Amino acid sequence: MADKSIEAETQILTSSAGGSVGDFFALMKPRVMSLVVFTALVGLVAAPGQLHPVLAGIALLCITVGAGASGALNMWYDADIDARMARTAARPIPRGRVTPDEALTFGVVLAVFSVLTLGLLVNWAAGALLALTIAFYILVYTMWLKRRTSQNIVIGGAAGAFPPMIGWAAVTGTVSLESIVLFLIIFFWTPPHFWALALYRSRDYERVGVPMLPVVAGARETRRQILLYSALLAPVAVAPAFIGLGGMAYLVAAIGLGAALLALAVRLYRVREEGREADHAAKKLFAFSILYLFLLFAVLLAEQLARPLLA
Amino acid sequence: MAADERDEENELERRRRQRNRSIAIALALGVLVLLFYLATLVHLGGNVLNRPL
Repeated sequence: MADKSIEAETQILTSSAGGSVGDFFALMKPRVMSLVVFTALVGLVAAPGQLHPVLAGIALLCITVGAGASGALNMWYDADIDARMARTAARPIPRGRVTPDEALTFGVVLAVFSVLTLGLLVNWAAGALLALTIAFYILVYTMWLKRRTSQNIVIGGAAGAFPPMIGWAAVTGTVSLESIVLFLIIFFWTPPHFWALALYRSRDYERVGVPMLPVVAGARETRRQILLYSALLAPVAVAPAFIGLGGMAYLVAAIGLGAALLALAVRLYRVREEGREADHAAKKLFAFSILYLFLLFAVLLAEQLARPLLA
Repeated sequence: MAADERDEENELERRRRQRNRSIAIALALGVLVLLFYLATLVHLGGNVLNRPL
């Protein structure tokens, strides 16, 4: 009883005092931002040509802030469902620490500044791609697809695949085959990654009416689709080695990591009973998918950085 | 906790957070100005010194 009254008073104190700097930072989805900045860095380093280190730093900062803007705008629009899902209930808006209007303003200001700064200081191809990424994530994924179709994260996943392409465009001013291949790797990686998460969080999604694939088509079909996309991803991830983007180390890593991802997807597909074993297999694939993308891009980055030393 | 004591604490917390937010905004604007300054120098390159004296 006493605990509850203290909790209630703390809630009143925190909600009426406005959000802290940390709350606004949390609106930017820092964990998503870290993956975005990393993949953008790989695109930037792998691109042919020279970009002054100061401009490269500015490009990365703008891409990071743009990703943060997308996160804030996503939290603004999805505040109603976030409040009812265990995974997202502690976000700043559901907790009452930041108002939806504050999150909207914060997101719009960051989006405008990141796009304009990237366009003015680096180049407008990169600026336009960043604007497209933010618009795609908010308008196409968050507002249009997320609550309407089970293919939400397949199409919406394109937003998360743009960062290496923006990094590439920051250096070259164009979109080319190599940057499209980097885009495709993340594009095909997104469904197995998110559906693995959705498999063991499907009750949450069902409760709030988000038609994630496990909710609409069932766990079995989701596991089949995960296997299908993993089988597509593995060869696409090898492609950089054949277009001069990756070398022998990348080829070996892409084959090894692809085989491991496929093995986990097959193991998940073979699960016939729902329950602890199914959840365990889905969690394992979800965790490995993050490591998979990180290692794949890390090897590509290491090879690119080592090239001048080996030449 | 008495109501007025809570109000006072709330006001102090509100001011503290407002101040921290203001500092963060000021820092962000400072960084933006610095970025534009540095990027201008980079774009101008050696030409920054090429002017009549």
